[in-house]
Amino acid sequence: MSTHVPSRRRRFDPFWFVLALIAGVYLAFLLALLGATAGYTTPGHWLHALAAREIRHAIALSLATCLATALLSLLLALPVGYLLARGRFRGKAFLDAALDIPIVLPPMVVGLCLLIFFQTPFGRAIERVVPFTYTVAGVVLAQFVIGAAFAVRTMRGTFEHLSPRPEEVAMTLGCSRARAVWLVTLPAARRGMFAAASIAWARSLGEFGPILVFAGATRMKTEVLPTTVWLELSVGNLEASVAVSLLMVALAMVVLVAVRIVGERV
Amino acid sequence: MIRLENIAWRVGAFHLENITFTVPAGCYGVLMGATGCGKTTLLEILCGLRQPAAGRVWIGGRDVTHEPPGARGIGYVPQDGALFPTYRVREQIGFALRVRGEPSAEITRRVAGLAGPLGIEHLLDRLPHDLSGGERQRVALARALAPRPAVLVLDEPLSALDEELRDDIATLLSSLQREHALTALHITHSRREAAQLGDVTFRLAAGGVAEIPSALP
Repeated sequence: MSTHVPSRRRRFDPFWFVLALIAGVYLAFLLALLGATAGYTTPGHWLHALAAREIRHAIALSLATCLATALLSLLLALPVGYLLARGRFRGKAFLDAALDIPIVLPPMVVGLCLLIFFQTPFGRAIERVVPFTYTVAGVVLAQFVIGAAFAVRTMRGTFEHLSPRPEEVAMTLGCSRARAVWLVTLPAARRGMFAAASIAWARSLGEFGPILVFAGATRMKTEVLPTTVWLELSVGNLEASVAVSLLMVALAMVVLVAVRIVGERV
Repeated sequence: MIRLENIAWRVGAFHLENITFTVPAGCYGVLMGATGCGKTTLLEILCGLRQPAAGRVWIGGRDVTHEPPGARGIGYVPQDGALFPTYRVREQIGFALRVRGEPSAEITRRVAGLAGPLGIEHLLDRLPHDLSGGERQRVALARALAPRPAVLVLDEPLSALDEELRDDIATLLSSLQREHALTALHITHSRREAAQLGDVTFRLAAGGVAEIPSALP
């Protein structure tokens, strides 16, 4: 009796080959960019840069502000994303477009808008309670304006992909809509919540323009990692600038890998 | 008793006007009609998930038109079961009791009491994605029956099942309806299902709802 063992070798398919080639070229370009940057520095430069008090402060401030921004963005994205996904109301198209403004505006303009807003009587009244301009709170607000827009998009997509039926069944079983969302929809949306917070975090880590304009670039006060890159570049310290850039790449990679691993388990 | 009285519903070009029909107490009503004619919308209006533009909804002689879904005493089984994605089967069945704040011993007792007759005892620790189509429908049915509703509404509960399973679940539905003294409203496209289950059968069409004599054509 003979048994047929199917060949594990796949037949060559030009369609998939072309797609793989395009993806490969793009990946090679990204790796070449990182490789060239990494080749510009040495472990000594890294250690020297990380030993600097200002840079350690910038790392800590970046991590803390990005975490705060991610959490605040998620708090906004949950209700607004749900409203856009499930709500039927007049002006929905307008709200939808308006929420994209921070994404399409040049980042510097976002910073300028914040700066001008806090010079208005209303803005000044807020500043008397919580000072934002040229403060750490301003760093978080500048990151939040852009990070939250991405988080809202992600949560909207998440809620649109979840069927409203389980939530409706929960309502027939005695829940108010809010309780049904809390007990049924949010647990089902946990992957999307994790993705939204991660995207806001990652976007905030690279934010520079609005922070520079609105919160300034004061060392040991409002200096975050992108500001450090710019400050070091502006004084001609290219090695430190490259070392900090690579640190940001490493942080971004850690977040991306964590998103992949945790996202699959959540 | 379930009574929809002069119900109207309008969204864009789609509209239902003057829909009136009654399923007497303790009877199994079947609602038939072409795809897209508004059967599910009527069920949602009955459950309180949509507010009608006009008309009244009566359950057991009580006007529930403006009552929230959870106060109507309706067990709702949607087309695909719509199980809660992150809840295990025992949590699904005990959901309504937990929402009401029933003691956990009572929840455990009631879950066991429903799981046995529905043949899902061995599934209690599973998540919905580990269940087959028939198992999902049984769990959805148990979840709807757990708070002891007076009315059971089912939206094409058998449409996604194979023929053998369909007969099993239909038999189960019929016996549960009698055992729990439920007034039921069941949406289907199948004349066979209507003949098998329906004490009273209605057809929804453009002109409204008409009762079909029990001997189906």
